[in-house]
Formats: sequence, C-alpha cells, structure tokens
Amino acid sequence: MITDILIAFLLLGGSAFALVAALGIVRLPDFYMRMHAATKASAFGLVLIFAGAALYFGDLLVLLEILLIVFFVYVTAPIAAHLIGRAAYHMNVPLWEETQVDELRPRIEESEAEIESGNASAAAAPDDPAD
Amino acid sequence: MLLFIPHIVEIAGSASMGMLLLAVALATWRLLRGPDLADRVVALEMITLLLIALIGVYAVRTGIDAVLPVAIVIGLIAFLGTVAFARYLMRRKA
Repeated sequence: MITDILIAFLLLGGSAFALVAALGIVRLPDFYMRMHAATKASAFGLVLIFAGAALYFGDLLVLLEILLIVFFVYVTAPIAAHLIGRAAYHMNVPLWEETQVDELRPRIEESEAEIESGNASAAAAPDDPAD
Repeated sequence: MLLFIPHIVEIAGSASMGMLLLAVALATWRLLRGPDLADRVVALEMITLLLIALIGVYAVRTGIDAVLPVAIVIGLIAFLGTVAFARYLMRRKA
C-alpha cells in the first residue's frame, strides 16, 4: 500500500521533471540554456521513474538492469551535452543577447593568437633546426 | 478518495505516460523549428531520453520487465549518435 503510493509518487514526479525539461527546451531564450534544461532535468526525471520501476518489480535482476540504465544515462548524458555545447560554441551559435559573462571567448582568442604567432615564426624561419 | 488507492499505480502510470508524451510533443516542436542544427541535435537527444523514460513507465504499467534491456540499447545508440553529430558539427565548421 505504502509502496504503491511511493511508486505512484516517483512515476508522477519523474514525468513532471521531464515535462518541465520539455517546457524549458521550448521556452528558454538561447541554445545553451535549452541544452542545460534538456539534459539535466530529463536525466533526473528518468532516474525517478526508474526508481519507481525498481520498487514496483522488487526483483534483484530487474534492479541490476535498472542500475545499469541509470548508470549509463548518468555517465553519457553530461558527456554528450558537453560535446554538443562545445561544437555549438565553436560553430558560433549565438548566445542570449543579455548574457553578462563569457569566460570562454578570451581564452579561445588567446590560444588562436598563440597558434597564429607560432605559425608566423615557423614561416619566417624555414631552416629552423627544430624541424 | 480512498477508492483510488487500489489502482494508484495504474492511474499514476497512465498519467505519467500522458505527461511524457506531451513532453515528447514539445521536444518535437523544437526539433522541427530549429533554429540551429545544434538545437535539433539536443531536441533529438531529449526525445531519446524521454523514450527511455517511457519504456520504464511502460514496464510498470504492463508488468513486463523484459522491455527494460531495450532502454539500455536505446541509451547506447543515442549516446553514439550524439557524439557522432558533435564531431560532424565540429568538422563542418573547420
């Protein structure tokens, strides 16, 4: 009885998180915020739903399968989000116009300038003993 | 109120399936609308996460636990797909 109520609560809570994530992906103003809503909130909702499923089945083998699913999603979702965010930033997907701080831009410009000067000195000294 | 309690898992399962389907519909809207390719990739990734959650709810709703390995496989494929898309985006920019 108590378990049933807990299962129902976990299922509804997990879907509520997923629904909020979906609202976020529709309503938030720029790509990076949408990515943040989509990956974090829906991964957490998924964990709640599978916790409910584990309680419902109450079986060790099913619990192991569910742990595998949850572990896998929790390992891969942040990596995938990081890769997509990085690719999008390098593609110059625009930030929200009211963004206050962008810490990545000066670092990219710095490293690009370093590469540029490295290439320039290599071109200026073709018989450099280093290569 | 007490009449609901014997069927509370069934009711909650149906309700959360409805909420997840609504979430899939909203994510599909973002998938169609864009405006950037990266937005579409994120929407697609979110749809697969929601699909995995739907499989969990389906397992509870029907009592069939044999569908759970499907969730593992979908998770694996979704991760590989997203990584491939990210690499493609990086390469296209260069």
